[in-house]
Amino acid sequence: MSLRRFILKRFISIIPILFGVSVITFALVHLTPGDPIDQMVGLNPDMSPSEEAQLRARYGLDGPIWHQYMTWMENVLTGDFGEVISSGRDVSEVIMTRLPETIALGLFGWVFGLIIAIPTGIYAAVNKDQLGDTVSRFLALSGISIPNFWLGLMLILIGSMWLGWWPVLAPSRLPLYHPEMLWYLVLPGITIGTASAAAMMRVMRTSMAEELNKEYVTAARAKGLPERQVVLKHVLRNSLISVVTLAATLTASIISGSVVVEFVFNWPGLGMELVNAIEQREINLIMAITLFVGVIIIIANLVADILYAALDPRIRYD
Amino acid sequence: MTRKISAERGRIQITGFDPEQVEQREPLSDWTEDSGGETESRWQRGWHRFKRNRTALIGLTVVALLSLLAIFSRPISVMGVPIQPFSLAPYDPTEILYLQDPTVGVYDPPSMQNLMGTDGSGRDLFSRILYGGRYSISIGFVVVAITAAFGTIYGAISGYYGGWIDEIMMRFVDTIFAFPFLVMALIIVAMLGGGYWQLVLAFSLVGWASYARLIRGEVLKIKENEYVMAAKALGARDKSVIFRHIVPNAMPPLLVVASLNIGTVVIGVAALGFLGLGMPPGTAEWGTMLDQTRETLIQGPDGAIPWWATVFPGLAIFMFVMAMNMIGDGINDALDAQETGAGQQGGGA
Repeated sequence: MSLRRFILKRFISIIPILFGVSVITFALVHLTPGDPIDQMVGLNPDMSPSEEAQLRARYGLDGPIWHQYMTWMENVLTGDFGEVISSGRDVSEVIMTRLPETIALGLFGWVFGLIIAIPTGIYAAVNKDQLGDTVSRFLALSGISIPNFWLGLMLILIGSMWLGWWPVLAPSRLPLYHPEMLWYLVLPGITIGTASAAAMMRVMRTSMAEELNKEYVTAARAKGLPERQVVLKHVLRNSLISVVTLAATLTASIISGSVVVEFVFNWPGLGMELVNAIEQREINLIMAITLFVGVIIIIANLVADILYAALDPRIRYD
Repeated sequence: MTRKISAERGRIQITGFDPEQVEQREPLSDWTEDSGGETESRWQRGWHRFKRNRTALIGLTVVALLSLLAIFSRPISVMGVPIQPFSLAPYDPTEILYLQDPTVGVYDPPSMQNLMGTDGSGRDLFSRILYGGRYSISIGFVVVAITAAFGTIYGAISGYYGGWIDEIMMRFVDTIFAFPFLVMALIIVAMLGGGYWQLVLAFSLVGWASYARLIRGEVLKIKENEYVMAAKALGARDKSVIFRHIVPNAMPPLLVVASLNIGTVVIGVAALGFLGLGMPPGTAEWGTMLDQTRETLIQGPDGAIPWWATVFPGLAIFMFVMAMNMIGDGINDALDAQETGAGQQGGGA
């Protein structure tokens, strides 16, 4: 199968998955008691039942659930994700204003992870079973095990309270593209990137150590290449395959992490919005964010598969 | 090996061969007459290797210690009958100390009386941390038991029958994977409301898919082996082929993933508690405890910073998960499950 057909086939398989994601989320959100209208009624106890019914009809919250789903789906297919009931804002507009914040945070964490993971991974593999390797493996294990919200709290405690280098909360007045924002991204970025850094470092070390035992390495050494060139030019290239693939799949865990990390640092991104939406039962917003996140994760996994196939010519897709 | 090897056999003369040299050579394998008698099973061999792994043993000790401390922190009684009378925790984890003793305040620093200080409501932090393990640790083990069992059955059926059954079952697994782990648990808990069994249900609904995918892959590999074909040829029923011949051979990678997964679930439970969605507010659960101190931390420094209220609960989670991951790595090395790549990513959030 050609690469193009493989990609096309995978793209088509996205459709039933997204359909499933929307059905599951819709069922979860609708089959449990309580929706924004109930909250409105709670705030205005003198609202008459007919007014309540009118409100429900207006937001498409009346009728049997399959009918509600059909209406929602119809609107989504025309690009209309509905509105946020409590504020009257358009859901897609809310997502578009929050998205850049999350992308900036995730990207910072991701790049931080790669910058830490690749050199330490190489170092650990080359010095396998020596002190440096043991120490970096211990650090990687800690990085995987540390709960990201606690890491965030500790960074606030150290960086903001004791050292006083960062304000506890990033000033919300500055626009995101302001260069000063990079400084405020440091703590949340490190928090979100640590687990990925540790996971990538472990994979880097394993695959590099494996690669170093192969015959072409002996051949390269035997013909007198300097060790530095053997490692950085020949081995690194081959051992990067699994790290790059992992880096793409880590998108899911970075998104998961952003929910908690944004909450810790009061970062106004999608994750924070999702937590608020869940608290207020903003059905349209929950649906749109989960669907959106689902698309990102599926595409990231697809990219991982394609990269894996493209970087390693031995892999055939079938 | 005292037997002399004769250089002369029958009428054929062998020259230039010194039998002494053969005996002096390094043995090519460590095979001896004694060990050849009985082969160790894979699990025994794994256990022997695990026992020699110092890191894994440290992990096992920490997990056992934290679990025992949680169990013996407060007496347990089932329906009025006390089954565990010990009480290691110096105070009741929910007791507000200044009501009894006016010298104890809110956010008291660690002292001899309150080893880890007191929290924002004037409760003894040390007692709360000991007791808090009950929620996280038991949810971790219960969820992993449920998800591993269900995922194994699901994956085994899918892989064994193949074809369109496999296609449909795996599309469903793909769908679960399109949700980030924590996001789906978050939605479920928010919809069901907080509480112990709600958390178990939420993490079970989210967690089984990875086992299903893993076991399916293993089954596809194992299915091709001769012994499976032999079992089928002898007329074994599908159920018996799957659960007596295939599943036991898929166990090593499953065990690795399960051990790492306990840590993931513990962090997940704590994360939901931290978001204010897990156990009811005020519960001595590690994540919920951190939620309470977050606001004090964010509001800024007025006077001394109550670092102990943030450091200790998180440290408890961190230690437990780290120990669990050490065990997972140890099992991974002991059972040679590396080739599946199961243990490489570890169990994190």
